[in-house]
Amino acid sequence: MAVQEQLPREILIGGEQNYGSVNQIIDKVILNNGLHRKWFYITLLLGVMGTGLMLVSIGWLLYMGIGIWGNQIPVGWAWDIVNFVWWIGIGHAGTLISAILLLLRQQWRNSINRFAEAMTIFAVMCAGMYPLLHTGRPWVDYWLFPYPNILGLWPQYRSPLFWDVCAVSTYFTVSLLFWYMGLVPDMASLRDRATNKFAKYGYAIACLGWRGSAKHWHRYEQANLLLAGFATPLVLSVHSTVSFDFAMSVVPGWNPTIFPPYFVAGAVYGGFAMVLNFAIPIRKAYKLEDLITMKHIDWMCKIMLATSLIVFYGYAMEVFFGWYSGSKGEIDLTVYRMVGEYKLEYWMLIFCNCVAPQTMWFPKLRQNLWVVWIVAAIAGLGMWLERFVIIPMCLQINPLPAIDRPYHPTIWDIALFTGTIGFFTMLMMLFVRALPTINIFEVKDLLYKTIRSEGKSEIIKPATAVGVE
Amino acid sequence: MEQTLTHSNLRSPDIHGTVAEFETVADLKAAANAARKNGYVEMDAYSPFPIHGLTEAMGWKNNVVPWIVALSGITGTITGISLEYYTAVIDYPMNVGGKPIFTLPMFFVPMFEFTVLFSAFGAFFGMWALNGLPRYHHPIFSTPHFERATCDRFFLCIEAKDPKYDSDEVAAFLSKLNPLNVSEVEEPEL
Repeated sequence: MAVQEQLPREILIGGEQNYGSVNQIIDKVILNNGLHRKWFYITLLLGVMGTGLMLVSIGWLLYMGIGIWGNQIPVGWAWDIVNFVWWIGIGHAGTLISAILLLLRQQWRNSINRFAEAMTIFAVMCAGMYPLLHTGRPWVDYWLFPYPNILGLWPQYRSPLFWDVCAVSTYFTVSLLFWYMGLVPDMASLRDRATNKFAKYGYAIACLGWRGSAKHWHRYEQANLLLAGFATPLVLSVHSTVSFDFAMSVVPGWNPTIFPPYFVAGAVYGGFAMVLNFAIPIRKAYKLEDLITMKHIDWMCKIMLATSLIVFYGYAMEVFFGWYSGSKGEIDLTVYRMVGEYKLEYWMLIFCNCVAPQTMWFPKLRQNLWVVWIVAAIAGLGMWLERFVIIPMCLQINPLPAIDRPYHPTIWDIALFTGTIGFFTMLMMLFVRALPTINIFEVKDLLYKTIRSEGKSEIIKPATAVGVE
Repeated sequence: MEQTLTHSNLRSPDIHGTVAEFETVADLKAAANAARKNGYVEMDAYSPFPIHGLTEAMGWKNNVVPWIVALSGITGTITGISLEYYTAVIDYPMNVGGKPIFTLPMFFVPMFEFTVLFSAFGAFFGMWALNGLPRYHHPIFSTPHFERATCDRFFLCIEAKDPKYDSDEVAAFLSKLNPLNVSEVEEPEL
């Protein structure tokens, strides 16, 4: 357990805020239509267009079969699995922030957790799509689950692929429950603030009649803490299981023992990068600087830096394992990565994940939002390249050189990936529009705790009139 | 509606309770403590965020949720392992590379995921069920200013089902606790 130290209020909550003004700052994004400027609609439109592209790619895939992708034996796993692993990794930052930091009582998480949890849900939706489509016949995907059937067959529990089915479906379900539970009191707050009739009815139904009773809060907190307690090993198990898909095989480059922790660290790295990529523009556009302060951004940058060092260690170990194995396949693969057809991707990966994040050592650069945003974007790209370097690259080089075959993606690989980015963006924009991006009740709780530790009165006049714009 | 009942035995059944509105957490906590010390047992407080120590101040204890979660977790573990055991050992044993038919290390991940899934269901649905939610309406919503209970006001309700409940006495008692106002709340007409 971390030391429970009360941080001064001005670090986590800017300006003189009281309970009401916290509500106003967060509610206005949803209840004040005029706040949504042109950029919101442009981003939403791009997201909708991306979703369209995704649907077209899926439609064509269902009609033609997965032959439209670049996957060719021996490269049976390519962009589809790359994107699956990339998306699910992005989702992990959400659970890390909402569950692990909750258990460690890191109060600074309170204003970014909702946002990150939403990201988790949407990223896992994008991720889950890939293996389901990759089966080739998604209409019989229920075969993945154990159910009594006419063939008398059951899933193979010794296969990491079945573990993946269990881990990812559990992860999605638990994340959704956790997210919805967190939203209930905030939706009750919006129900009481909304003036639009449809919004009021919508929130009233979604908040299940929440009335803020102390007895309810008591059970609510117990359930929340227990869910966080379970989500923590869950999130670690999910990415470890994903890495077992590779690590339990004998493919050269896929079976280093370092995979599980290194995959988890990479997931956290890419996930925090994505949180920064979305949080920085939204914070600016909706004037949330008082709640997502520079301190939050600073800490997220530090986590990015720390996890980038872990993945750097992972890359170094991969090279070492390749050499130390003494196996021709492993050595060929390690050399092929560095000087082969995709050497540019390999060295870009080293640049994106190992060199670029070193800028985060400097406090000046961590305070420059442009630098942070660009480094975070580079990190997102770097994590994608990492999965690319691991998945299709390893399959191109085999212990039997006669079957080596280069891999090239097709336009449909690119279209579906672009499409899922659009789908994710659309969902994030709709989320910002319709639900509180910052957890209202947890910020108030934080405000109360800081006020109490400073021994001040709870009756505060906000320094600036907010909300009414 | 003015209620001028003086004797607890004569209390009208359509009263839900008497509610005081407070401006700060400190006031609410002090009020809950005072109410408990004064012998009231049936009360509830309403606040925009969870307040630690408030249920203790009200003299109310409930630790059912952790038990539900523990039981659902155990159910999950048993379900996971028995599913694997029945299907892979009894119903369709298959020799994979000469490995034992029952291999706990390989069966561990699905078992773990079942445990987590069942516990999460237990925590989520158990908590809502114990809280009696979703619920269409509640008499407390007719309290004046209650829409601010989800924003910046704190409410304490001493409920009519309390054996010591007496409308006037409760109102007088609550008025001494530095409330913004005190009001009587009725049950909705059916």
